[in-house]
Amino acid sequence: MNEEAERREVEDLLPWHAAGTLSHKEAQRVEAMLARDPELARRYELVREELASTIHLNETLGAPSARAMEKLFAKIDAEPVRRPRRAPAIGARISGFIASLSPATLAWAAVAGAFVIAVQAGVIGSGLLKQESGGGFVTASAPGQAGGTGSFVLIRFAPAATAGDVTAFLEAHKASIAGGPSGGFYRIRVADQVLPQDKLTSIVNGMSKDRVVGFIAATK
Amino acid sequence: MQTTPDEELIGRIADGDRVAMQVLFARHHVRVFRFALRLVRNEAVAEDLISEVFLDVWRQAGRFEGRSAVSTWLLAITRFKALSALRKKQEAELDETAAEQIADTDDDPDVALQKKDKAAILRRCLTALSAEHREIIDLVYYHEKSVQEVVEIVGIPEGTVKTRMFHARKRLAELMKAQGIDQGWP
Repeated sequence: MNEEAERREVEDLLPWHAAGTLSHKEAQRVEAMLARDPELARRYELVREELASTIHLNETLGAPSARAMEKLFAKIDAEPVRRPRRAPAIGARISGFIASLSPATLAWAAVAGAFVIAVQAGVIGSGLLKQESGGGFVTASAPGQAGGTGSFVLIRFAPAATAGDVTAFLEAHKASIAGGPSGGFYRIRVADQVLPQDKLTSIVNGMSKDRVVGFIAATK
Repeated sequence: MQTTPDEELIGRIADGDRVAMQVLFARHHVRVFRFALRLVRNEAVAEDLISEVFLDVWRQAGRFEGRSAVSTWLLAITRFKALSALRKKQEAELDETAAEQIADTDDDPDVALQKKDKAAILRRCLTALSAEHREIIDLVYYHEKSVQEVVEIVGIPEGTVKTRMFHARKRLAELMKAQGIDQGWP
């Protein structure tokens, strides 16, 4: 390739070089030519100015209102309920494995399985007898509530919010953290019972006015 | 802090996980909105497009194969929706003369000062580009898409991506020249 053709090729890559999206090899090629070609280096400065202005322009475009998300989740709510793909996939794999076994192998496996079940029944039965004789230990705690009943919201706290701010926020709203963080989001329980949608929306609107909240949405 | 990768979120969305959907939305909706807004030039339309784009993600997540980045996939869907919206509304693309007029109608008190500011003029000229040129400039400079990713989003060959970018920049230089700033290029 002659020098002029190579120069043109490298010049075409300048926007991607400025954005940092070239491969290491291509970036090295561009850098080498920029170092020995002052006119190309001058043009590269123009590219960098364009890049800075494009970022500035886009960043001043603002952000969409909360209406966009409300609309999306209203549409999602109207979609048919979906079953997780993973469970059937595992089931299908097990069925496939069983189907691949020969009848003789299956017969032996059934006998072995029956033997294992008989042994397990013996162990469990003897354990129960021991418990009934008074050797068991029972805690005084209430039944577990980790099942996650209630009404929940998804929150991302504002970057400037301190631990004290978050604690005060949770106390003010009689809320508690039920999960997270996941991707910077926390799952917050706002009521122990399942609230009607309008009541939950009202709570979300109230909470969204608090300065510690960066992002909030009702969730299940 | 470690964040959940987009690809993992898509996997969970395919299983019907609404929280994963909310996280993905929170992560990408502003950029999707801005990309759509630069194409359709109408905030209400761009906002409507966001919910349509993410609804497509909800429906199609199970078919995402991970061959491209999730952000690239999102922008490709957004582009398709934006162009469909433009076609539906039969909004004729602004011709370049009209675009230049828009660039000159900014008659606030700071205009005189701004005209001396090269960066401000450059931004005004960026808004005056055609949709095709705005799109490629935004994808490369703002959305940080590689040549190959632009190929996937716009659906044109690699050579055409580079040529289109060259012509977009050339047009930008011409608009700058018309505003009294000669960049000495092309």
